[in-house]
Amino acid sequence: MELKSNVPSGPLEQKWDKHKAEISLINPANKRKYNILVVGTGLAGASAAASLAELGYNVTAFCFHDSPRRAHSIAAQGGINAAKNYQNDGDSVWRLFYDTIKGGDFRAREANVYRLAQVSVNIIDQCVAQGVPFAREYGGLLSNRSFGGAQVSRTFYARGQTGQQLLLGAYSALSRQIGLGNVKMYPRTEMLDLVVVDGHAKGIITRNLVSGEIQRHVGDAVVLATGGYGNVFYLSTNAVGSNVTATYRAYKRGAAFANPCYTQIHPTCIPVSGEHQSKLTLMSESLRNDGRVWVPKKKGDNRPPDQIPEDERDYYLERKYPSYGNLAPRDISSRAAKQVCDEGRGVGPGGLGVYLDFSEVIKRLGENVVRERYGNLFDMYHEITNENPYAVPMRIYPAVHYTMGGLWVDYNLMSNIPGLFVLGEANFSDHGANRLGASALMQGLADGYFVIPYTIGDYFARNKIARPSIDAPEVKQAEADTRNQIARMLSIKGKHSVDVFHRELGRVMWEYCGMARTDASLKKALAEIPEIRARFWKEVHVTGGGEELNLALERAGRVADFLEFGELLCLDALERRESCGGHFRAEFQTEDGEAKRDDDAFCHVAAWEYQGPERKPVRNVEPLDFQFVHLATRSYK
Amino acid sequence: MRVTLKIWRQKNAAATGGFATYTKDNVVAEMSFLEMLDALNRELVEKGEEPVAFESDCREGICGTCSLVVSGIPHGPGKGAATCQLYMRRFKDGDTITVEPFRARGFPILRDLIVDRSAFDRIIQAGGFISVNTGGTPDANALPIAKEQQELAMDAAACIGCGACVAACKNASAMLFVAAKVSHLSLLPQGQPERQQRVLNMVAQMDKEGFGACTNTFECEAACPKEISVRFIARLNREYMRASWGDK
Ligand SMILES: Cc1cc2nc3c(=O)[nH]c(=O)nc-3n(C[C@H](O)[C@H](O)[C@H](O)COP(=O)(O)OP(=O)(O)OC[C@H]3O[C@@H](n4cnc5c(N)ncnc54)[C@H](O)[C@@H]3O)c2cc1C
Repeated sequence: MELKSNVPSGPLEQKWDKHKAEISLINPANKRKYNILVVGTGLAGASAAASLAELGYNVTAFCFHDSPRRAHSIAAQGGINAAKNYQNDGDSVWRLFYDTIKGGDFRAREANVYRLAQVSVNIIDQCVAQGVPFAREYGGLLSNRSFGGAQVSRTFYARGQTGQQLLLGAYSALSRQIGLGNVKMYPRTEMLDLVVVDGHAKGIITRNLVSGEIQRHVGDAVVLATGGYGNVFYLSTNAVGSNVTATYRAYKRGAAFANPCYTQIHPTCIPVSGEHQSKLTLMSESLRNDGRVWVPKKKGDNRPPDQIPEDERDYYLERKYPSYGNLAPRDISSRAAKQVCDEGRGVGPGGLGVYLDFSEVIKRLGENVVRERYGNLFDMYHEITNENPYAVPMRIYPAVHYTMGGLWVDYNLMSNIPGLFVLGEANFSDHGANRLGASALMQGLADGYFVIPYTIGDYFARNKIARPSIDAPEVKQAEADTRNQIARMLSIKGKHSVDVFHRELGRVMWEYCGMARTDASLKKALAEIPEIRARFWKEVHVTGGGEELNLALERAGRVADFLEFGELLCLDALERRESCGGHFRAEFQTEDGEAKRDDDAFCHVAAWEYQGPERKPVRNVEPLDFQFVHLATRSYK
Repeated sequence: MRVTLKIWRQKNAAATGGFATYTKDNVVAEMSFLEMLDALNRELVEKGEEPVAFESDCREGICGTCSLVVSGIPHGPGKGAATCQLYMRRFKDGDTITVEPFRARGFPILRDLIVDRSAFDRIIQAGGFISVNTGGTPDANALPIAKEQQELAMDAAACIGCGACVAACKNASAMLFVAAKVSHLSLLPQGQPERQQRVLNMVAQMDKEGFGACTNTFECEAACPKEISVRFIARLNREYMRASWGDK
């Protein structure tokens, strides 16, 4: 497989402008003739669908939610980065670029990340023009907070509901285009297959989730913005409906899946409370602006926190990483939490927790200020744990949160299948092996508002291929395959609900491929996952029928894909014999327990190519060529 | 603990529905209400019965997907929380709990506890936006906005579009939802150019969708998981009057 990054030549700062000036355009009158299928209407998809429709393209958009406004993006709490340097604290496009490359442990493509930092400033302008009510100072100008992995304040926020406000902005732009008739929106519609004709992506197969009707759609290009795959771990901070189906099925049709083992474990989540747990709740990283993380110095110290004197507490992040302190990046903070818990110094049930303590800031600024900053998060915590975080420190533990891996894309955000574009969390492009806080919202909106509107036109201009007929054999074949899989799942009539297998998979993934991975643990996972999968296909009971609203059937399809994808993730983790960012192979660490990269052997993207059922996929490589930054050892000390 | 559940079951939009009774054992206080229903569903499937259809997604009170009427109250007992934020510690052993969908003419039932709230999307499509295309916008700090004004706009913008306000209202009025959106945009300078047309279009669409009139009983505010204030309804009325009577 050829993986051409198509990064333009020339100085880093000029690449994007040069590219925009050189790529081909489609004239306004002709845009109407192109039909673009946009799957997913979260931040990335809604911004893309709206912007493409504004340009005059014919857009058809799909989401499995009942409304585009409910995409998982809505749940983002803390904020969105942009290199505005409004605080006069030394920020710049270069610094945001460098922080992102370094935060990603030097495993992302320089040119893509630089462009991301460049367009970040336009995103904030765009959102404000849409009416997004970002937090402001008394003088009326925009306010910022700090996030992990940065020494500047560049994060814009709307209370603890930044994702909600940004998504409502993108959704309003999309709604306007729907109202104008420029976008045809299909909510409650799930994409179940990609149609490839003569090597180009030209359509999708969907299921109407209310009637069960299977439909064929053809277009001139397909844009996937279907989010991340964190729920392969069953428990994560993702919405329970988030899944890998769209990207995984595209992979089975030939799209390369890049770096699936790069998963992010977020350090500050509410710990698991029992077997019944269905998801984990994030406590935003913004809390680490003011909260201090600690555990008792002594093992097994189970005195209540207020009875542990100051000098018997270990503020381990401040101790180990004095220059970033509590704002050390996520991968590092999560591992540090695991370490102290493994040492027997964890707090709360099972010793799986650390304190996030606000007493000092409450003393310094008063409860009111803290309430104004984080009120909704504190309320959420209180409701879930029945503990009042204004009075006792929060207990937190790391949980799966975000996935840096995704479908491979080039500089134009096009996958190796021409005509298939991938945006937002669904692609692999910008965060390397670890994403910095507040950068996912930035990337989703950069892709949708400011990249795809330019790059998709170039594809159309260069590839004058007619749309296939709705009755083309490839389209009909994809429909038949979808129908067969549904019929097969409904016919098993075993004895367990879909959930049972998803939980089992999640346990294996977390135990053997979670915060620390080893050759042995990964081999164990690779032996157990196929077993669970085999049992799923024998013992699952998918109740009801195909031609009705059937949640069990929806879940069964998604879990069937997770059961294959989990194996791919572990395989990627096994073959990447180094530690980098969120991928921590215990065999490869420095003396003080930090991730140890192997730049000679692994300074590349691994892009997996499907070879057919039960056959080992092929690992292709795109070398990462660092021309502008020096490959350094990451240090936050 | 053990609870008895009386749950609305309805095969599809056309079918007639009714309550079915289930006993759920092994309920623990730390479970969320939806996790309790997940567990019930697992048990139903093991017995070969069809699970109860209900929707949820983020399970942290922000996506607005979950939509149950629990013991007669949209989103259940407890203030300022969506159904997914309701925990079993609010109930005691032996309780009987009724579970119904949000009911309103504007929200047809699709199956069991799932309703169709696309009317809300159509109201937004009619005018709930500021007409700016991507690109060419001024610098974000070019337009200072007083903090109080922005905070008030944010209070309104916090609406999650769940429809509890409609479900709580005896007239199934969507005034609080529309008021929140209209207020959010009309409070901000960016929203001024389309201020009048926006409110007229949104209210017209609201009426077309079959939502009822507001009679100021304020059940909507009590049910709202984001505690959106009914003062925004007064603001909506002012905006509407201003737009329809001149000042043009
Ligand atoms: C709790 C939480 C807090 C976060 N906080 C922050 C933060 O503060 N800052 C930050 O930068 N990032 C944050 N993130 C990460 C960020 O929210 C996500 O990475 C980002 O929103 C993903 O956006 P997206 O558009 O790529 O995908 P999503 O928002 O997940 O949207 C996916 C869309 O695809 C649709 N879809 C999926 N599959 C199919 C299919 N098969 N058929 C049809 N439609 C489909 C869905 O319906 C949906 O519309 C947070 C994440 C979580 C979990």
